[in-house]
Amino acid sequence: MDFPLYFLDGIGNRLMFAIIAITHVLINHPLAIGAYPLVVALEFWGWRKGRADIDELARKVTFVLFLVTTTLGALTGVGIWLGAALIAPFGIGALLRIFFWAWFIEWFVFIAEVVLVLIYWLAWKRWAEGRMKKLHMGVGVLLAVMSWFTMAVIVAILGFMMGTGSWTADQNFMSAFFNPLYAPQLLFRTAYAMLGAGLFVWFLQFFFTEKGSDLRRRAVRFISIWVLAWTPVCAIGAVWYWGRVPEAARANLDVALMTQKYSQWNDSFLLIVGSIVGLVLLIALIGTIRPKVIPHFVLIIPFVLSLYMLGHFERAREFLRKPHVVADYMYSNGVRMDELPVFQRDGMLTYATYVRHRTVTESNKLEAGEDMFVLACSRCHTTTGVNALTDKFNTLYGSDPWDEAALNAFIENMHLSRTYMPPFPGNDKELGALVAYLQQLQATKRSVLGAQTRGVDVPPPRATGTASN
Amino acid sequence: MNIPYILLTPPVPRDLALELPLDPFSLEILLVGLFLLHILFVNLMVGGAILTVFFELLGRLSARYDRLAREIGKTITVNKSLAVVLGVGPLLCISLLYTAWFYAANGLTGNGWILIVPLVILAFLFSYAHKYTWERWTGRAKQHHIVLGAASAILFMSIPFIFLANINLMLFPDRWTEVSGFFSSLQIGNVFPRYFHFLTASIAITGLFLSGWFSRKNFPMERVMPTFTRPEVRRMFYKLAFWATVAQVAFGPLLFVTLPSVGITFELLAVILTGVALAAIILAMMWKEVTSADHRIGRLYWPIVAAFTVLVVFMATGRHVYREASIDDHRQLVVDRTDKFQAVELATLMRIEAGLGVGQATATGPTGESVFKNCAACHAVDKVLAAPSLREVYSIYADNPSGIVDWAKDPGVKRPEFAPMPSFAHLGDEQLELVAEYMLEVGAPEGQDSGSDGESM
Repeated sequence: MDFPLYFLDGIGNRLMFAIIAITHVLINHPLAIGAYPLVVALEFWGWRKGRADIDELARKVTFVLFLVTTTLGALTGVGIWLGAALIAPFGIGALLRIFFWAWFIEWFVFIAEVVLVLIYWLAWKRWAEGRMKKLHMGVGVLLAVMSWFTMAVIVAILGFMMGTGSWTADQNFMSAFFNPLYAPQLLFRTAYAMLGAGLFVWFLQFFFTEKGSDLRRRAVRFISIWVLAWTPVCAIGAVWYWGRVPEAARANLDVALMTQKYSQWNDSFLLIVGSIVGLVLLIALIGTIRPKVIPHFVLIIPFVLSLYMLGHFERAREFLRKPHVVADYMYSNGVRMDELPVFQRDGMLTYATYVRHRTVTESNKLEAGEDMFVLACSRCHTTTGVNALTDKFNTLYGSDPWDEAALNAFIENMHLSRTYMPPFPGNDKELGALVAYLQQLQATKRSVLGAQTRGVDVPPPRATGTASN
Repeated sequence: MNIPYILLTPPVPRDLALELPLDPFSLEILLVGLFLLHILFVNLMVGGAILTVFFELLGRLSARYDRLAREIGKTITVNKSLAVVLGVGPLLCISLLYTAWFYAANGLTGNGWILIVPLVILAFLFSYAHKYTWERWTGRAKQHHIVLGAASAILFMSIPFIFLANINLMLFPDRWTEVSGFFSSLQIGNVFPRYFHFLTASIAITGLFLSGWFSRKNFPMERVMPTFTRPEVRRMFYKLAFWATVAQVAFGPLLFVTLPSVGITFELLAVILTGVALAAIILAMMWKEVTSADHRIGRLYWPIVAAFTVLVVFMATGRHVYREASIDDHRQLVVDRTDKFQAVELATLMRIEAGLGVGQATATGPTGESVFKNCAACHAVDKVLAAPSLREVYSIYADNPSGIVDWAKDPGVKRPEFAPMPSFAHLGDEQLELVAEYMLEVGAPEGQDSGSDGESM
């Protein structure tokens, strides 16, 4: 709460951050966690068979992985830190205090991962014979283990945000770490990463192998078997996770609405997932039995679909966490559950730092209302852009001037009927100011500038403080 | 003097409500140590990128420098990745120790801050492209190759600016209200002297590094750079490191005199002057190396590296001492404010736990009227808000309150003109029955008795 708040009216903070985070996960899962084991397996296979062409294929695939993971992959990972500091400094700050050691250890593993990927790629040609080749494959195995381990730590934090388990009661690090969602999510993500890697390399190898060649035939079959093996594990992980998620969501959210939202999403999603998995299995089966039949372009389809699936999964996971950023502890707008009653009684502006006014008056109502919008709404909503307040209220009340009493009643009670919304964290006067601001917004459609553009205001010191010098 | 006083009143935010995972002193040690490791590789990355382009340009005059440039360029691949990955640890430490200050600076320079991500990605991609096209882009394409290298070097040189702006801005909370955007933040404190100090240090450290790197035993000098001799390369980079360090004699004091006085203490002076004395010794050692005969050059390499390490530890400590001193008073204000708020919060929670409410009207059991708050956002008595009015509800359910309950538990869509109603099953039958009766009561047409026909009363 008490930070100058970065706000991108227009695309919105959420979308900006989602672009960074989803890019990261879409690279990290298939191209790092899953692909390193796969190329090491390819390298090993080539070495056992004494086939230089398989080794060369594995090397070329590694070059692509190296280029993508050390640039886009690594930097979007760091970007999650940089971005979270902007969109939810209160959330990332709190998580950092709880999970510092987990992240610290993860950091060491991350360093090891980067060092190993540099060695694995840069030393490929130099460590080509005898014991050095074995050492090289050993580096690959270690690299695969390390990149998996970074995920094994992060999954704990992701699960924690959705279900804190017994942490809220005991504040114990281990209960935070091994939260109820930990194991199923880790299994699901691991299997997904392996599967995704198969789908990626399936497609990629066509650029490095020749049509009709023995190498291509063998590579397609090898990867088809890899895909066939991981798909069921991924499905089991998904079902297990699926079973845990609603429970955890139920514990954090009001049952009914979530179930309704969830089930709508559930039906269409299950159908899509089922079709994608079926398609993947079909191609993999053909690839195993008649690898020559598979044309190039077909193989990009499962990869793209799997990326879509993962993206959708992350979106849904984020949605289920609402109205909290950390379950049972902090709402998505940074208000802690414990401070909510104080704000509702005394007012949020009263305790805020970077606002223009601490108390609402008739003359400052619109400015105070805008400040309330920034404090209470702007982490998720924009004025007129993505997930815009104007859209939300137009859906509810139409485009005629919105009714003051209706807006008042809605905002005061929205968390009851829409359980993904946090309760309004202010007093009645602040609610009135927000409503006045919203009515003005409907009329003017004027966008709001964040602290990164407009800077911050500090209300003048209170009368008691100014008398002395 | 009332006005300056008001202008200098800094914002005093509340801190987060959780304890630090580690005592501040240990965190400070971690921060300084890990940051040094990070900045070493940042220096090598930035210095490497600059020197690569410099020698590639020199290579246009004399081809031998092109080979040298290429070898320098190869070092960037590892150094730049380590620079990034080693940055995460100190980032965690600084975010923990200075949460309210660091995140404030991030927010105030937000667009610049988040642009770090695409800019570094671009710098890395350019650097790879530059490295892997070296043999292919020759002849006429060589110009393009140099432009590519220059683009990557310029990016590598610009990104540190954003970080510097942030760690500079966080130190001066009384100036935060003056900032509007990244560029305006550069007017506060002394970002530019700091930047030149950093850039010169990058050249000095990279010079020292390359002086050792190209002299290592397993470096195939005869194969990759046959026109150079080891002592020659060694001396060349020693000279570079020497003159860059001499330049710090200008940038160092400039940095110092432009520091806002708020954080300057005797402690800081002592640390910095010790560093300066050490720098003088290092310069003498390096000059001895530069002027020594071919077969003797390199004997002082490791002593120089060791002395340099001690020097940067002193400089980093100086930085930290300054940071602590400049934030110190403000931190006390933040702690006080946080404590005060937490006392209010605790008192409120205790009142609630004792059943006294928050200090306003206390809640009693649910009534139809109180439960109706759940509905009031969309349903009003006469008006059509986002759903049918209660008059209309009455006309449909007048005899059938349980119909309202059933509908509320599992609503469908009857009217395409309204947004679909969410389910209220979570309220439970008891509350839904209360609200159903309430709705029929107030929804009944004027003058008509509530509950209508069959109901009692």
